[in-house]
Amino acid sequence: MIYNTQVAIIGAGPAGLSAAIEIAKDGGQVMVFDENDRPGGQLFKQIHKFFGSEHHGAGIRGFRFGEKMLEDCRNLGVDIRLNTVVYGMFPDNELGIVENGKSHTVKAERIIVATGATEKPLAFPGWDLPGVMGAGAAQTMMNINRVQPGNRIVMIGSGNVGLVVSYQLLQAGMDVVALVEGLPKVNGYDVHANKLKRQGVPFYMSHTIVEAKGNGKVEEVVIAEVGPRFAVKEGTEKVIKADTVCLAVGLMPSLELLRMSGAAFTHIPAMGGYVPMHSKNMQTTNSGIYVAGDVAGIEEASTAMEEGKLAGIAVCKELGILDEADALKREAEVNERISELRIGSHGEKRREAKDEIIRRYDSWKEK
Amino acid sequence: MEGKVIIGPKAVIECTEDIPCNPCMTCCAKHAISLDGDSINSLPVLDDEKCNGCGICVASCPGMAIFVVDVNEGTVALPYEFIPIPEEGQEIDATDRQGKFVCKGIVQKIMYTDKFDHTNVVTIKIPKEYVNDVRGMKIIKEGV
Ligand SMILES: Cc1cc2nc3c(=O)[nH]c(=O)nc-3n(C[C@H](O)[C@H](O)[C@H](O)COP(=O)(O)OP(=O)(O)OC[C@H]3O[C@@H](n4cnc5c(N)ncnc54)[C@H](O)[C@@H]3O)c2cc1C
Ligand code: SF4
Ligand code: SF4
Repeated sequence: MIYNTQVAIIGAGPAGLSAAIEIAKDGGQVMVFDENDRPGGQLFKQIHKFFGSEHHGAGIRGFRFGEKMLEDCRNLGVDIRLNTVVYGMFPDNELGIVENGKSHTVKAERIIVATGATEKPLAFPGWDLPGVMGAGAAQTMMNINRVQPGNRIVMIGSGNVGLVVSYQLLQAGMDVVALVEGLPKVNGYDVHANKLKRQGVPFYMSHTIVEAKGNGKVEEVVIAEVGPRFAVKEGTEKVIKADTVCLAVGLMPSLELLRMSGAAFTHIPAMGGYVPMHSKNMQTTNSGIYVAGDVAGIEEASTAMEEGKLAGIAVCKELGILDEADALKREAEVNERISELRIGSHGEKRREAKDEIIRRYDSWKEK
Repeated sequence: MEGKVIIGPKAVIECTEDIPCNPCMTCCAKHAISLDGDSINSLPVLDDEKCNGCGICVASCPGMAIFVVDVNEGTVALPYEFIPIPEEGQEIDATDRQGKFVCKGIVQKIMYTDKFDHTNVVTIKIPKEYVNDVRGMKIIKEGV
């Protein structure tokens, strides 16, 4: 079967849903596809209260925010297809999807790719033992499937993901026996780290995992101090009894589909590695294809939502749903909120990285 | 602050980083918390005079970085998101910022409304000299 739609959005996370709302509220026709059986992307696993301003749902638990966006989408008549994998992106804005085991084609006038991010792997001896998992997988197990990933957990990585997931593991009754970070300083927010410290979680800064050992499953974890360039200092090894190693060593944009579309990428380490070059309106180098959220550079749900809006506004303008003046006004409002989100010691780095992506797009365009 | 006598319970804000966040400010009906600057990243500051120690901000702060301390009474109100939830009158272990045991304490009050959304605000009574050290509590497990 062939579906025809004005706009096709891949990914029903905060970026995809907010883009959908933006377009549908002006009367645009939108279809959203997500491989999961629930919408919300990462939001549905977030049982902690969010930061940010009230506008971005601060103080509200992540999953509740997802539910709210979903309701808005439903009220606006957005067609959300769950359990639907988009497996291909083809010329002339065609998508290949598999819905309930059946393959279909989607023809769209515009496409917004909001596929989010994938956890970065980390290789070490024993990484393939059962009990070694991504922090995201551990989070899904406990918050969605209600199973405990283990009893004694070693968390690798002190970014916000590592910190938040550690806290949730404690809440679910597990012991976080070590939080290991290669840098000398906690990478995520201090307040998240302090919650764990108050629970007595030991922090090992300037440390890394050397090996996971055990007979058919993780039983012991060897960590050691690192010096400059993360070289392990001989003789500083410590053995920790644990049954689970959770990896939270960073996220990278999920680019598989964009690769098929022929869009150009650029390497920006602060944004997770390779990211699609995009304009300030979130357009990729492939006209008609837009990006928003973590796939356009790893940030936060709040920025993902605002980028979704930017992409939505740009698409509405191109399709003639929104006139130039209205579009400019709305863009300016969104950009103002975004610039509020990208300040401070954590936000500043992200702002610089975003500006760099846009600069590279602009110079690509000139050529 | 010199020479000022603090009477009654007051919020203590332990938020030290310029992160984009402001629920502490928006939740306080007394308008006792403001941001020390014009951006959402600025650090929150408390106006002692306006704060009545109600504890709403303790539950609202997503960083769980606000406590209500009464230096004269020897009480500390903490955000608590674990189960089981203690009972009023129960003896607990009061712990510090590193999770280390400081002293025994008694649960004086548990505040919870739906708006707190699973964060209980637990007020514990401890010897006065420890009010600046105690920032957590642990339920004493039986038979341990
Ligand atoms: C542990 C943790 C804690 C966090 N805490 C906070 C916080 O406190 N505040 C905050 O602002 N942010 C937080 N974040 C970040 C936030 O969750 C993400 O930045 C945000 O979800 C990104 O939104 P997105 O829409 O870009 O991507 P996602 O939420 O990842 O959504 C992408 C969706 O696309 C789907 N998808 C991908 N490829 C396909 C395909 N080919 N076909 C169909 N569907 C596909 C995915 O399954 C997913 O559902 C946290 C993240 C984590 C992991
Ligand atoms: S304790 Fe109550 S009055 Fe004081 S700052 Fe917090 S919310 Fe405001
Ligand atoms: S709500 Fe908490 S974490 Fe956010 S600014 Fe206020 S004190 Fe800091």
